[in-house]
Amino acid sequence: MELAVETRALTRVFTSKRKLLRRRRASEDGSEGPVTALDGVDTEIRAGELFGLLGPNGAGKTTLIKILATLLLPTSGIAKVAGFDVTKDAFPIRTRINMVSGGETSGYGLLTTRENIWMFSQFYGVSSKVAKAKIDELLHTFGLWEKRNAKVRTLSSGQRQKMNMVRGFVTNPEILFLDEPTLGLDVNASRVIRDYVRNWVKTNKDKTVLLTTHYMMEADEMCDRLAIIDHGRILAVDTPENLKRRLKKDTTFRIEVDPLKDTTTLKGIPGVKNFSLTNDDGASVSKLTFILEDEAAVSDIVSEVVRQGSKIHYLQKSEPTLEDVFISIVGRALE
Amino acid sequence: MTTTVNPLSLNLRAAWGRAYVRIVGANREPSWIFFDGILPLLGIAAYVFIYEGFFRGITGPGVSEALNALVGFVVLGGVMIAFWMNVLWSMASQLYWEKEMGNLQLYMMAPMSRMALLGGMAIGGIFMTSVRALVTLLAGIYVFGVHFQLASPFLLIAVFFVTLIALYGMGMMFASLYLLWGREAYHMSSLLEEPIFLVSGFYFPIGAFQRPEIGTWGRAVAIGGSVIPATLGLDALRQLLFPGSTQQFQFLDVQTELMILVVLAVVFLILARRTLRYFEMLAKREGRLTSRHQ
Repeated sequence: MELAVETRALTRVFTSKRKLLRRRRASEDGSEGPVTALDGVDTEIRAGELFGLLGPNGAGKTTLIKILATLLLPTSGIAKVAGFDVTKDAFPIRTRINMVSGGETSGYGLLTTRENIWMFSQFYGVSSKVAKAKIDELLHTFGLWEKRNAKVRTLSSGQRQKMNMVRGFVTNPEILFLDEPTLGLDVNASRVIRDYVRNWVKTNKDKTVLLTTHYMMEADEMCDRLAIIDHGRILAVDTPENLKRRLKKDTTFRIEVDPLKDTTTLKGIPGVKNFSLTNDDGASVSKLTFILEDEAAVSDIVSEVVRQGSKIHYLQKSEPTLEDVFISIVGRALE
Repeated sequence: MTTTVNPLSLNLRAAWGRAYVRIVGANREPSWIFFDGILPLLGIAAYVFIYEGFFRGITGPGVSEALNALVGFVVLGGVMIAFWMNVLWSMASQLYWEKEMGNLQLYMMAPMSRMALLGGMAIGGIFMTSVRALVTLLAGIYVFGVHFQLASPFLLIAVFFVTLIALYGMGMMFASLYLLWGREAYHMSSLLEEPIFLVSGFYFPIGAFQRPEIGTWGRAVAIGGSVIPATLGLDALRQLLFPGSTQQFQFLDVQTELMILVVLAVVFLILARRTLRYFEMLAKREGRLTSRHQ
């Protein structure tokens, strides 16, 4: 089995330049100090796989991608991309990869969409003839053909992100890193991007995509395999189906109630494996999702809610989703 | 892309790709003709009027030649200012702007040499500014009626290009330093404007610093200012374009100035490469230099 990406005990700790000052501050209020962004991460991503990294903000997703993209050195451990060590063999890795991040504002406003993508292709040594033909093909695919001669500064954020995606694909990378690529995009733009990425991996068996996202639906729909990451640690790796299957023996209940005075008592109810609480801004109800090891626990939950004087508006038993898997593993919902 | 990349072809393409932004993109809006070509004439005009005021009513042999030379010095200084401003605002500050735009991370991830990137910026900057400087020069010649006495065209071309290579080499070195210092590029560039206008003699011949009444510090300022390649380059260009009127203001002879400029060009390019490597290593180690808002 050929590996596109491999990490072993990969750790990255961020320390301030002003270590002494920070240490002093840390000792005073306990709030500062080195931040461990990755904590002994072991991963194997197979060539030809669309691999997802699912985790909340600050989980370590972008740090991992930056190390793999040779933008950042690990503090310890090993990271290999296409068989090359990121600390020693940056050049051969760079010829094989590309990266697109959500909300990117890269490029030059005075250049046209076509020129901008062409410029980036030159940094990878793609001949102008090949690049221009590929750019035209991709502009059609992403629905940007009409904007090919528009100055970049006149593009909307959705059009700009599509342009960034074309930039990522125009160099025909072996491994593509997509860091929250649909962040802030509307449904249609997101769908175009998801469909293309999915199809690209499917039709090119030697191509690999590492996708970070915190959109559950996106991860579920697109990824062959998923890693759930939190606080710099990989907590679970499997296919979306297998991850959901882990919860088959558990039961998921969704309950909407008046805001509760105390939610800590819910965790202690026998049979409750985990639960998450969401309070929508301005809403007068709290949404609770329970993962129950013992379905009978639902009566104790209802009793506790009633005991606190709260009213139940909605209660439903449901099939486990990826979000439920996340709650079960991480202990909170992905916001 | 293929995984067997010819480094020479890759870096030439990369340099051309980055130069394209300035060669084609920056000339796309004709407003530059007014802002970058015509407007600098106002600064030049102020000094021309002062020199003309000194010579008003004075007649005699050599007076009109001396006035022509002084006006020509100022026009050439205005042309060199265009290059210095481009070096400050579009070379030295450029990696900082690229970081803020979100481009720097993409540049650092690409397989090209970082010197190809800076080289592309420099080539584009030289072309873009040469076009602007030429407009200023022609307008200056037309408006103020300057006459040049070109003695050694090949030496003039050599001095001009070596000066630009040294000047942009310095800008390439500053590009990494600006990021390392972590200061707002705006302030750094502002700091290097007016003082350099003075010590590089943009509006007067640098040899004037050697007048006995100024004292030894005048020569010290001229020598210190010579670290900026524009100083010696401008002095040499003035000597070559006004050979009969520069003896009393001569700082060094043209050949010596050209040799020093060659040394400066080599030193700045080597330092640019080293600082860029150091910057990249630091960026990878600290993880904050290439990312926006960090």
